[in-house]
Amino acid sequence: MTKEYKTIREIAGPLIFVEKTEPVGYGELVHITLTDGSRKRGQVLDTSSNVVVVQVFEGTGGLNSECGVRFTGETIKLPVSGEMLGRILSGSGEPLDGGPGIIPDDKLDITGAAINPYARLPPKDFIQTGISTIDGMNTLVRGQKLPIFSGSGLPHNEIALQIARQAKVRGQGEEFAVVFAAMGITNEEAQYFMRDFERTGALERAVVFLNLADDPAVERLITPRLALTAAEYFAYEHEMHVLVILTDFTNYCEALRQMGAAREEVPGRRGYPGYMYTDLASLYERAGVVRGRKGSVTQFPILSMPGDDITHPIPDLSGYITEGQIVISRELHRKGIYPPINVLPSLSRLMNSGIGAGRTRDDHKAVSDQLYAGYAEGRDLRGLVAIVGKDALSDRDKKLLEFADMFEDRFVRQGVDEDRDIERTLDLGWELLSELPEALLTRIDNKYIQKYHPAHREKEEEKAVAPAAG
Amino acid sequence: MKGEIFRVSGPVVTVSGVKTRMYDVVKVGNEGLMGEVIGIEGEKSIVQVYEDTNGVKPGEPVENTGLSLSVELGPGLLKSIYDGIQRPLPLLLTKMGDFIRRGVSANGLDRTQQWEFKPTVKKGDTVSGGSIIGTVQETQNIEHRILVPPGVSGTVEEIKKGKFTVDQTVCVLNGGTELTMMQKWPVRKPRPVAKKLMPSTPLLTGQRILDGLFPVAKGGTAAIPGPFGSGKTVTQQQLAKWSDTDIVVYIGCGERGNEMADVLNEFPELEDPKTGRPLMERTVLIANTSNMPVAAREASVYTGITIAEYYRDMGYDVSLMADSTSRWAEAMREISSRLEEMPGEEGYPAYLAARLSEFYERAGKTNTLAGNQGSITVIGAVSPPGGDFSEPVTQNTLRIVKVFWALDAKLAQRRHFPAINWLNSYSLYTKAFSEWYGKNVSPEWEKLRDDAINLLQREAELQEIVQLVGSDALPEDQQLTLEIARMMREYFLQQNAYHEVDTYCSMHKQYRLLKAITSFGDRAGSALESGVPIKDVLALKSKNDLAKVKFEREFDKAIDGITAQMDDEFKKLQEAK
Ligand SMILES: Nc1ncnc2c1ncn2[C@@H]1O[C@H](COP(=O)(O)OP(=O)(O)OP(=O)(O)O)[C@@H](O)[C@H]1O
Ligand SMILES: [Mg+2]
Repeated sequence: MTKEYKTIREIAGPLIFVEKTEPVGYGELVHITLTDGSRKRGQVLDTSSNVVVVQVFEGTGGLNSECGVRFTGETIKLPVSGEMLGRILSGSGEPLDGGPGIIPDDKLDITGAAINPYARLPPKDFIQTGISTIDGMNTLVRGQKLPIFSGSGLPHNEIALQIARQAKVRGQGEEFAVVFAAMGITNEEAQYFMRDFERTGALERAVVFLNLADDPAVERLITPRLALTAAEYFAYEHEMHVLVILTDFTNYCEALRQMGAAREEVPGRRGYPGYMYTDLASLYERAGVVRGRKGSVTQFPILSMPGDDITHPIPDLSGYITEGQIVISRELHRKGIYPPINVLPSLSRLMNSGIGAGRTRDDHKAVSDQLYAGYAEGRDLRGLVAIVGKDALSDRDKKLLEFADMFEDRFVRQGVDEDRDIERTLDLGWELLSELPEALLTRIDNKYIQKYHPAHREKEEEKAVAPAAG
Repeated sequence: MKGEIFRVSGPVVTVSGVKTRMYDVVKVGNEGLMGEVIGIEGEKSIVQVYEDTNGVKPGEPVENTGLSLSVELGPGLLKSIYDGIQRPLPLLLTKMGDFIRRGVSANGLDRTQQWEFKPTVKKGDTVSGGSIIGTVQETQNIEHRILVPPGVSGTVEEIKKGKFTVDQTVCVLNGGTELTMMQKWPVRKPRPVAKKLMPSTPLLTGQRILDGLFPVAKGGTAAIPGPFGSGKTVTQQQLAKWSDTDIVVYIGCGERGNEMADVLNEFPELEDPKTGRPLMERTVLIANTSNMPVAAREASVYTGITIAEYYRDMGYDVSLMADSTSRWAEAMREISSRLEEMPGEEGYPAYLAARLSEFYERAGKTNTLAGNQGSITVIGAVSPPGGDFSEPVTQNTLRIVKVFWALDAKLAQRRHFPAINWLNSYSLYTKAFSEWYGKNVSPEWEKLRDDAINLLQREAELQEIVQLVGSDALPEDQQLTLEIARMMREYFLQQNAYHEVDTYCSMHKQYRLLKAITSFGDRAGSALESGVPIKDVLALKSKNDLAKVKFEREFDKAIDGITAQMDDEFKKLQEAK
């Protein structure tokens, strides 16, 4: 039993300052016993021979200098076991579902060590999500971290769930699991996820960590770390392909800012701590594939952009770390288009290694590039039309304008349960492109135009049919 | 002398009871974690620790090695991949598994590998710092020149020949100084050179917008700032792949693990266009990803530039890519704020500007101490928050570098790659290279290039009018200008890094492409003047073919064909009238 100190000298926000006697390790887990006997947990943020600074996960409400503080001599660990699948845990890892405590196979440090870059295998297995704007133009691969950048009131949860339901690596029946971590979302939102997991049976293959809006903010700082530790455990010990949904990173970052303010740190941009990039990286980088290990960790974080501003530090720093982003657009949402994904600011950086002959289809890159170019130009023209009217446009521009509308209506729009395979998505792309004059298809090699363009395809087919008829 | 830890706050540890100098390397705590003294306050020293400090306690022992943070220089650097403090990542993998744990030290150079040493001096020769005493064939095309460490000199008493490990003596000078194939050098101290020269030749990169419009010099400096996802890393990797340079030092500083894995995967497969050998054979990689310790990230840039200087001292042209210098600056900021230093702009330490310019100053074309010429080209990626170039790292960098490749989110969004903005970017070397381009590419080159830039500028002006009246309201000659400018952008400037042919473009190909587009424009202009309607001009097949000629494997043949067809088509247009 370690020694109990009753030497809290100061309490400031979520922090307590303990004067102590024996040396305490940086990052140690701390147990605090309140005068009414209840317990809280914390972590050492700064330690010196005079004073130790502890952040208290459940908040410092009810604490005073009478409380007992015990330093455990250990860093924070998550008890893990294969039995965790199907369980619902709190944001600090305690069972919430009335089930028994987890009997651990192992206890893992939640900080997680960095994967040696030399041990990484470049992710390349195409994950078909069934959503055209993702599969066709922002392809997701196993081991990638691809966040959804959204805004309040936009259907990011629906999209995340649709992906969780439909995602598959084709031709492979490998074991998969879902880890879901809620950080400061409302009870209603959490219920929405849980109901869908239950409806589809996904819950059996899931571990859920819930830190809700009314749970302590500081706890949010460990919730994703617990979730990722569980994900790594299933990926690397149980050889599963794990999809991690983390929502909402904005709440996580707010908690980080609150901590920084409590510690009176010099704030960085817009009040967020200067180390937020490093902190976020320590989470996002825990996705990947490790050479010689069968499982993988794929991350699907969700964050809402304050004021729909993509240059806000939260989406900005995230975008600098993740391997692309799927951007949800309020404008498309208003037009009644689901899923309202704006492909232009969206990006999957690992797309190129996941697509092409043998993976998806040889024309994939070219079709995607051409759709991008056409849609971007068409959208720009909308602005112009508003000023000069449609008649002032050249024929070329008129075509592009129509193309942009068609693209949104037929390619972007799809049903909540509509699961399009990649061939369907690419063919749909060709159908739209064939509405443009062929001379505008400068991004596509002629050989693909010959092979896939509906006009030529029909000719090919006619040719194939003709001899039989004659 | 042993002291003890007084305080631990993340990567910053305060120690007492031990005498230190700035930048001494100290071993911290029971596990002997490596750290570096970055501040001294009274009898306490402040140490940045290169490894994770979780669980480290006050009272644990501290030992000063008395040495500065140094790298090991010698054969075996090429093909290596190191962390920020030169620990070989493959070795860390065998020592501690797939994940990076702490408390493991590892030599930068392998002590067991033997290298064939061929002396180039003989007994009685006088040598001094920087002199070459022998060579080692490090990879098939790179001859590693063994140098006398700066500051050492004497006459050769004994010189050996044959197979040695890097720590065996290969040469003894009078007075008994023993030289090995390895030397150590403190990373924060530039290696000396005989003389700095003016850079005068372009670094050819095979990237049209760079070589064609905004070239960087061998020995020059360039910055490539841009918001996330705009193409910094892809551009840096393209430079690492295709530049006509002898040695590449690539620093992944605080960026993604998967990107480094990608490089590691690709570089052994790709061929150096100059030698046909695997690219890895001329490359040193430094990977201190964003989730690896932040103090080692701070050091990674110095580790990289010191290795670059070492190859320069052998007389090589070295290119160094640092992706991203912003992460380096942020590492400085993180450490500085733990030290509770007075912050400057946006929380960065007041010495940010000084550190940046000291770093870029280590680039340059030089006469080496041995009398050869070598160069270091430094290309730094900058990641401005929110893509806003007015922030301190971008601004301080732009005050130093000579070439600015401005990435543009708008271009990236419409998949115009490389998303380098042709209106905002600049190179201060262009004039200095006119002669070189005139001689080595074509006497016409400079005019073609200037015309292209003018055309793009004209386009930007016309676009403003189009925004008010629509393009159909413009007179036909202006409509044509817009069309030719579009050709220039799409056919010439756009270059797909992932296309097997287009990824690299020789100067010869650049010249022919630029010339063909320009001449299409000229003929179209004359046709218009003589009354041919613009839509007939734009419908020509040769225009359409020009769009894709850059993808052709047999480019010369293809462009000959197109040029001939173009002659033909314009002739017919005139006749038809
Ligand atoms: N020359 C190019 N050719 C084709 N695609 C490109 C090119 N340059 C960039 N891209 C595309 O843009 C994406 C983003 O580029 P990159 O990863 O280099 O951005 P970045 O500026 O380094 O972003 P970050 O700051 O987040 O690291 C790439 O994944 C690729 O799809
Ligand atoms: Mg990058």
